Amino acid sequence: MTLSIVLVVSAALFCVGLLAALSRRHAIFILIGIEMMLAAANLNFIAFWRFTTQPAQPTGVMVAIFAIAIAAAEAAVGLAMVIAVYRHFRTTNVDQLNQLKG
Amino acid sequence: MSTVAFTIIAILTLAAALAAATLQKLMHAALSFAVMFLGISAFFFLLGAEFVGLVQIFVYIGAVAVLIVFTILLTRHDAEKVRGFNWSGVVVALAVFGGLTWAMENTKSLLIDPPQIEPLTVHRIGELLMTGYVWPLLCVGVLLTAALIGALILVLEEKRE
Repeated sequence: MTLSIVLVVSAALFCVGLLAALSRRHAIFILIGIEMMLAAANLNFIAFWRFTTQPAQPTGVMVAIFAIAIAAAEAAVGLAMVIAVYRHFRTTNVDQLNQLKG
Repeated sequence: MSTVAFTIIAILTLAAALAAATLQKLMHAALSFAVMFLGISAFFFLLGAEFVGLVQIFVYIGAVAVLIVFTILLTRHDAEKVRGFNWSGVVVALAVFGGLTWAMENTKSLLIDPPQIEPLTVHRIGELLMTGYVWPLLCVGVLLTAALIGALILVLEEKRE
């Protein structure tokens, strides 16, 4: 197991998230894709921390912890926005949300 | 850190991620999403960051997956009708993956094995959070509070005139 293998797995995960965020038309799928991309970034932080020789401070781990907290805040606000938009427009298809004033 | 365990976890995680991205039924996708985060936590355990793995399980499977399921249930009668799939996303994702893999294959300094490091204890993480990382910790606390209040305000019932 080398660093490059971990990074390839993380890149694959990122691209699956990108695929979900770009291709699906349902707003919840787009949020799921964004969460996947954030998780792939966290995996990168942890991998780079693990493969460094005797790091003075576990910076990668700390950044990953803060990234998880911020991703949780983002998910809460994003899902609340999905519910608010659904109440207003009666749809969660992002292709139909094309009015600024509705 | 065995290669066999790594391969199994990688296949499981990527399969769950693909399922979460492509399944038609939203509820199945949400469950695959939870399985994918279990796989990522397993990666963290394998890499020696047990605390982050546990936090990931608590936050994502315990909170975010449940939030997603609640949102699916609250927006349900619309969920089955949204079926569009934009194929250009596949092209973009494959192109990004190709570019990233090409860059990584051509970087020789990435072909290193993990060194022996002493295990990272929760004690040390707590100590760091209270000393060197205390300002980021406070900022994240304020951010989480603001985000939760904002989410509540967003979903309050609109007044009907």
